Amino acid sequence: MRLAAHPVPPLTSLRLVASFAARLQDNRNALGLLFMLPSALILLVFLTYPLGLGTWLGFTDAKVGRPGEFIGLGNFDFLWHDPVTRLALFNTIFYTVVASVIKFGLGLWLALILNQHLPFKAFLRAIVLLPFIVPTALSAIAFWWIYDSQFSILSWLLVKMGLITQYIDFLGDPWNARFSTIAANIWRGVPFVAITLLAGLQTISPSYYEAASLDGATPYQQFRHVTLPLLTPIIAVVMTFSVLFTFTDFQLIYVLTRGGPLNATHLMATLSFQRAIPGGSLGEGAAIATAMVPFLLAAILVSYFGLQRRAWQQGGKD
Amino acid sequence: MRPEVELPTAITVPRATDSQGMSYLVSLPRRIVTVWIPLGVFVIVLLFPFYWMVITSIKPDAELLSRTGNPFWVIHPTLAHIEKLFFRTGYPEWLWNTVLVSVVATFVSIACSVLAAYAIERLRFKGSRYVGMSIFLAYLVPPSILFIPLAAMVYKLHLFDTRLALILTYPTFLIPFCTWLLMSYFKTIPFELEECALIDGASRWQVLVKIVLPLAVPGLISAGIFAFTLSWNEFIYALTFISSSEVKTVPIGVVTELVEGDVYQWGSLMAGALFGSLPVAILYSFFVEYYVSGLTGAVKE
Repeated sequence: MRLAAHPVPPLTSLRLVASFAARLQDNRNALGLLFMLPSALILLVFLTYPLGLGTWLGFTDAKVGRPGEFIGLGNFDFLWHDPVTRLALFNTIFYTVVASVIKFGLGLWLALILNQHLPFKAFLRAIVLLPFIVPTALSAIAFWWIYDSQFSILSWLLVKMGLITQYIDFLGDPWNARFSTIAANIWRGVPFVAITLLAGLQTISPSYYEAASLDGATPYQQFRHVTLPLLTPIIAVVMTFSVLFTFTDFQLIYVLTRGGPLNATHLMATLSFQRAIPGGSLGEGAAIATAMVPFLLAAILVSYFGLQRRAWQQGGKD
Repeated sequence: MRPEVELPTAITVPRATDSQGMSYLVSLPRRIVTVWIPLGVFVIVLLFPFYWMVITSIKPDAELLSRTGNPFWVIHPTLAHIEKLFFRTGYPEWLWNTVLVSVVATFVSIACSVLAAYAIERLRFKGSRYVGMSIFLAYLVPPSILFIPLAAMVYKLHLFDTRLALILTYPTFLIPFCTWLLMSYFKTIPFELEECALIDGASRWQVLVKIVLPLAVPGLISAGIFAFTLSWNEFIYALTFISSSEVKTVPIGVVTELVEGDVYQWGSLMAGALFGSLPVAILYSFFVEYYVSGLTGAVKE
């Protein structure tokens, strides 16, 4: 393409190339396609095709190293009556709902605190985001040690404070394990929610608060009638992402419990991995993964309507 | 729609001086209870696991496994765990693999994304809106539902257990993110600059390379930092497509190889987690503003 900018050399072939390049220059459709080509190629081959292939595999009895036969809804029928899958579905919904609600509450609280006039604000914001940027698998290892049944620092602290007498078996008991993994997920997710909501808070003009307090609004009323309505659109988007990431979570569970004890912490993602890769039943695993899609679509639709509402609030400018 | 990724200078709290118009009315004791105590608790809880990693990785085994004394401190610090990690495990190799895969995947993704974002946002070819939408949808596809079909493809293409498998699959989540980020960044560059250059006889390629890209450097840094961190942290693809120790990445190596036997080597495990987190943490500390603008920009859209 560079050729077009230079005087055309006398060679015919080069001239042809040059004129082709020049024509391409004029045609933004053709140039647009050319520019899209590398991304489109990678995404079509490694994202769109596998997405279709995954759905197809869900309807087959494929095993590792053996292409499967079409078995219709066989996998889904089996999974629907499989108590472990049902438990995993319950766990996933429980995990997502509890973790998301708490992440939202704590994240909003932290965002409101960080939005105050504070010294070292930039520094505080930077260190608060740290749990979100380090590899989850590695911070999960730290949590594994914190939750250790014999040497847990949490148990040690609680014993010294006289609150408990025996060390807590954080990951050995089904409900303890559920709440321990949720706590680790919250630890990682709160910074994301807080920092993105903080960005939203910073776009709210302080003059609204001045007007509200001159009218005698209490801090709670200011929050309820100024902050919350103006923040709703970004809350919708942030929480959609948060729900999406939590629902498809894998690393944390894989490192902390591998789905145990008694499958109490198996999520859809970890179960589909276990069935497909170590278990070898690609078809069954793919069916579990496919079953997650309706939930994800629901989350995306929520985000879409959140965005619509935002456009409306800002006078629909685009 | 407002530009989602502001210039980094605009990101740093635009109204820092007058943002709390009425906060002088709040008394100090009240501020301590409503702001400083909760903030302190948040910071302690959020940072404690990192402190715990550091302390554990320099604690001798005797202190690690004793219930007496103060576990929050270390009496005889030791480098034995770190020495073991770097000289008696595959850790240096894993680090090298992670760096290699992350850097290559990042550069490939940024190159593709720059072209795609420029085409969608500036060339405005027929159907570019729909392509932009589908890029955003691609960004929402989680790796958890792609890894099984991808594993089947990786087997078929004889890429199983190679770094190439990771380099080829990481762009599936990097390109949508980077394209989306760069699209919003390109939006902020005035059209007039491009028009002037086009009238002066510059080709589209020259416009992109000599005018748009230099102006979009902050956006490129944002996208680059993000892409690098995302690939460094990637877990499920690397776990599924890699089985030999020599080609493992740090998160996979630490989780699958250091956790062996009945007695966990907590010291080395924590050292492995620490040194796997440090590179991204250091990179992040240099480019916090870019990272935050990328994060909030991607979400604000």
